[in-house]
Amino acid sequence: MSFRVAASPHHHARVQTSTLMLKVALATLPGIAAQLYFFGYAVLIQLALAVVTAWSAEALVLSLREKTIVNRLKDHSALVTAVLLAVAIPAYAPWWIIVLGTAFAIIIVKQLYGGLGNNLFNPAMAAYVLLLISFPQQMTAWTPPTALQAQEQSTFDPVCLVFTDFSCAGYSITQLKTDVDGRTMATPLDTLKTDLTNNKTVSESRQQPMFAEIGGFGWNWVNLGFLLGGLWLWQQGVIQWRIPVAVLVSLGICSSIGAMVDADQYASPLFHWFSGGTMLAAFFIATDPVSASTTAKGRLIYGALIGLLVYLIRTFGGFPDGYAFAVMLANVAVPLIDAYTKPRTYGHKAKGSE
Amino acid sequence: MASLFQQIKSGMLWDFHGGIHPPARKTQTSQKPLGRLSLPERLYIPLRQHIGVAGKLLVQPGDYVLKGQPLTAANNAMAVPVHAPTSGHVLAIDDHPSAHPSALPEPMIVMVPDGLEQWRERQPLDPEHISRQQILARIQDAGIAGMGGAGFPTHIKSSASQGVDYLIINAAECEPYITADDALMQTEAETIMQGIDILCDLLSPKAVLIGIEDDKPRAIAAMQAACGNRKDFYVRVVPAKYPSGGEKQLIQRLTSKEVPAGRRPLDIGIVMQNVGTAFAIAQAVLHDIPLISRIVTVVGETLSRPQNVLALVGTPVGFLLDSCGFVAEAKQRVIMGGPMMGFTLPSLQIPIVKTSNCIIAPTDAELPTTGPELDCIRCGACAEACPATLLPQQLLWFSKAKDHDKLKEHHLSDCIECGACAYVCPSEIPLVHYYRVAKAEIREQHRDELKAEQAKARFEARNERLEREKQQRMAKNQALAAQRQSMLAEQQKQQIADAASRVETTAETLSKEQIIAERERKKAEARAYQAAKAQNQVENPAETKVEPAPATEVNTDTATDPRQSAVAAAIARAKAKKAGISENAEADEVPASSATLDSDKAADPRSAAVAAAIARAKAKKAGISADAEAAKAAEVSASPIALDTEKATDPRAAAVAAAIARAKAKKAGISAEAEATKSEDAVAGAENTTPVDTEKAADPRAAAVAAAIARAKAKKAAEATSTITTADLTAETAVNTTIAADVPVAASPVADAADPRAAAVAAAIARAKAKKAAETQQEPSADAEINQITPETETKAVAAEPAVIEASTNVVAPTDAKKAAIAAAIARAKAKKAIESDQEKSE
Ligand code: SF4
Ligand code: SF4
Repeated sequence: MSFRVAASPHHHARVQTSTLMLKVALATLPGIAAQLYFFGYAVLIQLALAVVTAWSAEALVLSLREKTIVNRLKDHSALVTAVLLAVAIPAYAPWWIIVLGTAFAIIIVKQLYGGLGNNLFNPAMAAYVLLLISFPQQMTAWTPPTALQAQEQSTFDPVCLVFTDFSCAGYSITQLKTDVDGRTMATPLDTLKTDLTNNKTVSESRQQPMFAEIGGFGWNWVNLGFLLGGLWLWQQGVIQWRIPVAVLVSLGICSSIGAMVDADQYASPLFHWFSGGTMLAAFFIATDPVSASTTAKGRLIYGALIGLLVYLIRTFGGFPDGYAFAVMLANVAVPLIDAYTKPRTYGHKAKGSE
Repeated sequence: MASLFQQIKSGMLWDFHGGIHPPARKTQTSQKPLGRLSLPERLYIPLRQHIGVAGKLLVQPGDYVLKGQPLTAANNAMAVPVHAPTSGHVLAIDDHPSAHPSALPEPMIVMVPDGLEQWRERQPLDPEHISRQQILARIQDAGIAGMGGAGFPTHIKSSASQGVDYLIINAAECEPYITADDALMQTEAETIMQGIDILCDLLSPKAVLIGIEDDKPRAIAAMQAACGNRKDFYVRVVPAKYPSGGEKQLIQRLTSKEVPAGRRPLDIGIVMQNVGTAFAIAQAVLHDIPLISRIVTVVGETLSRPQNVLALVGTPVGFLLDSCGFVAEAKQRVIMGGPMMGFTLPSLQIPIVKTSNCIIAPTDAELPTTGPELDCIRCGACAEACPATLLPQQLLWFSKAKDHDKLKEHHLSDCIECGACAYVCPSEIPLVHYYRVAKAEIREQHRDELKAEQAKARFEARNERLEREKQQRMAKNQALAAQRQSMLAEQQKQQIADAASRVETTAETLSKEQIIAERERKKAEARAYQAAKAQNQVENPAETKVEPAPATEVNTDTATDPRQSAVAAAIARAKAKKAGISENAEADEVPASSATLDSDKAADPRSAAVAAAIARAKAKKAGISADAEAAKAAEVSASPIALDTEKATDPRAAAVAAAIARAKAKKAGISAEAEATKSEDAVAGAENTTPVDTEKAADPRAAAVAAAIARAKAKKAAEATSTITTADLTAETAVNTTIAADVPVAASPVADAADPRAAAVAAAIARAKAKKAAETQQEPSADAEINQITPETETKAVAAEPAVIEASTNVVAPTDAKKAAIAAAIARAKAKKAIESDQEKSE
């Protein structure tokens, strides 16, 4: 009889990459549910388009690279990229936006760098930035929550909007963004930014109905949803606490300083935390292991850097939300951070004391 | 320091970085009584079971040994002996698969127990009344080596007499499944304590720390009870976490100290021994029982009775498993050691050795095989688990890239191969395996570097020696060359003598003057236009014949290269053949020019061979649907030519070439369609080019070749049945040329040592031809001759070389070179005469 020979260890924790990735995808559900509730089911169309595109692109590239397709599709990393991009872009963005973005994310950002584990940038965020720069109009076309829209949405409006750019009744996105009073609305962050440049104070701006809740009507709940999912991921051991905490604390400190300097010009930490894509970025995007720092200390620095950049871009930059830029910039810094935060090996003296 | 000691005394524990919590699965065996086994049929006792060297073999196959009798003797500090685990006979001493991850065969003593368990005489010692040295000697003689895993000889580890702050007894047993130490502590706590006492006598530590993981409550209780009121003995219960049983990790846990990289624990005042080792020491010193058995955990879900057993060293694993109700499943794995650091066994004949603490025979569901390796997602889980605070993902990356510098920078050598990283890796990457490979490569590289350095030194020494030898060789070569020259001169003389002797045997003796006269006459007869030029070319050497000195000049001035003669021969052959059969006289020019080109290039013997081949090819192509056989013959003879020319020292090649040329010429001539007129033109052409070649070659030997060719043509012409007159003419011309060419050949011996042989050859050939021509002419019908002549010619071509050899070996009284020329001339004359007579006959 022949005995099987294997390398030690013969024991394994049975935590698998594919499971981890699947959990990340699942953890976005509360956030998606909130989006669904406030912005209509267009997000589901985006999700479907993204996932199909991601899988096809991945399979295509893998077959070109002559790698095993099924095994690698099963790691679910493409799924996660697709889901993250789909929830990040405006729900009513035209269909080709998500298709283009996902394909770019998978083919260029991920596979051309050598596939899973080798990409310098977070694929979803790199694609997001590309889309934002190339198609700023479509990429900022967040409609206000359905409840605030002047026009009643019909059942098939999401489909019509995604595939034809017009609602079934023939309204364009811009028309849909107009509220009952005839003002154009965007995301709370967007609106706040516009108002501030129009010399309104933060509190004046926040009189509007879309700021009904801390992070803005609807957005508050979307962020809470992602927070919930993120906490579950942490509880499951899928992500470690360092990065999300560092992001939120850093953003909190920055906005607190701002608010303390001039509360009329700078929004509060709570608003920053629960508006835009803060929670999504902190728990789902910054924690992407591949493009994040790998050392414990490095992760704190990495998260803090993201928080700082998000605040700076939101407050002083040209774009309403900046987490995608922030994450990408932090990605670039990762090799440096890693190099400087290499832990002291057992039995070796610390770097400085050598 | 004092405060740290206070902290340690107060029971403080520290933590080490990382670590994992795999399911312990120890309850299967930890609560059961110790199993005792019957004797196996065979015991395989490896000569070396520790780190270090094997002892000297004391027994031979067939010997009867008593239980505990040493089988090897420690003849070296790093050696520990092995003992007979029971009484019985030594069956054999040979190689068997070892209890090592590689399972490489190692020398083992194969024993057949007799079941009597007869002990050798035992001498228990009383530690109170003996010296340190005696205790250490006993520990060594009892064959005790660290029982925790590595198997480092214990007497060495225990010989430090000062500077030991802490003696740590490792009873952590952190790997899942293993309960061997647990069982030992439960049953033998008192003896272990006695062993620790002996170690204390040797090491005099400030405190003894016994580290036990908290999942062994019974063992902890037993040890605490056994400690009694010994001073500064502390049983430290550490929370279970893998790998707290690692030496460095346990030290860190109990004392907060880190062993500096590349140092030993002793350097920071710590000695660590395994509980099993302490037990073995007590047994050896107090009872004189050497290390011949140990407790082994035999566990796994394929066993119906998993348990701890007391196994004799040398017991095959298969016997242990069978004793515990082993039912193997498909693709069964059997692991020696724990699931984290153990290794799989390829065979169940592998024996238990002193360091084997566990045998696991798991089902696949129990310890599932890892799935396919996925890409590293840089999740950092491995880095969080690593007890050495390494960055396993970086190590993986650099291992794959074989970046040894980076690996060093990331402290690969500090990896203890605990497997924690691979255990947690979600991508199921066999990280430890990569590290082992990388470490092996680095070791290899290290060795190579050492070797390279040595090689460099060797190389330099060698260069010096070669230079010296070169000088010596040069001197020797010069001496040899002088010797060779004198030898060659001797040979020439012999050849000349040979030729002269043949001259004497010929019926007609012609004077030198007569030959010259005849030659002059023939020249005049030769057709004016082409012959004039040719004659000039050949005449010059002819004149030098009388005075050999000028010929010498010719030879020394120009390249005396026999290779060129081969080229010329090839060209000539090609032309002869072509001319012989060509229906178009113009066609001659093409090969002629290309042949000249070839001869220009002919600086190299190989190109000569090539040229010959080309020439042959051309000749063949020229359209004579010639005898396939003849063509083949030419091909066959081509190789010897090439060979000879390559050697470029042998004029014999020329002779061979000449023979071949003859063969071809004959074949060509046989073709019935050949018109005599055309043959004549062709011959003229050949004649025309031959001197040109000769000119280039500037070698009388080439002339010989040309002569041969000419002769061949003459023959062919003679054979041609169409116009006898023309044939005659051609024959005459040919002879003419032959003579002209031959003279310098004969003249050259003084100039070139090799030349006289050519002359001899020519002479021999001429004779042969003469004879053959005579024979040939007797046959009136050319058609009828074809079959007859072709084989004959071939034979002659082959025979030419032996003839030469013969000529050069014959020892006859030395004569003048001129005589050789005379002989040749005579032969030729005869040939001519034969032809003439034949003409007459035909007429
Ligand atoms: S095997 Fe080496 S790298 Fe992996 S956890 Fe253990 S010490 Fe660290
Ligand atoms: S645990 Fe595995 S996948 Fe994660 S970083 Fe380490 S090697 Fe890579």
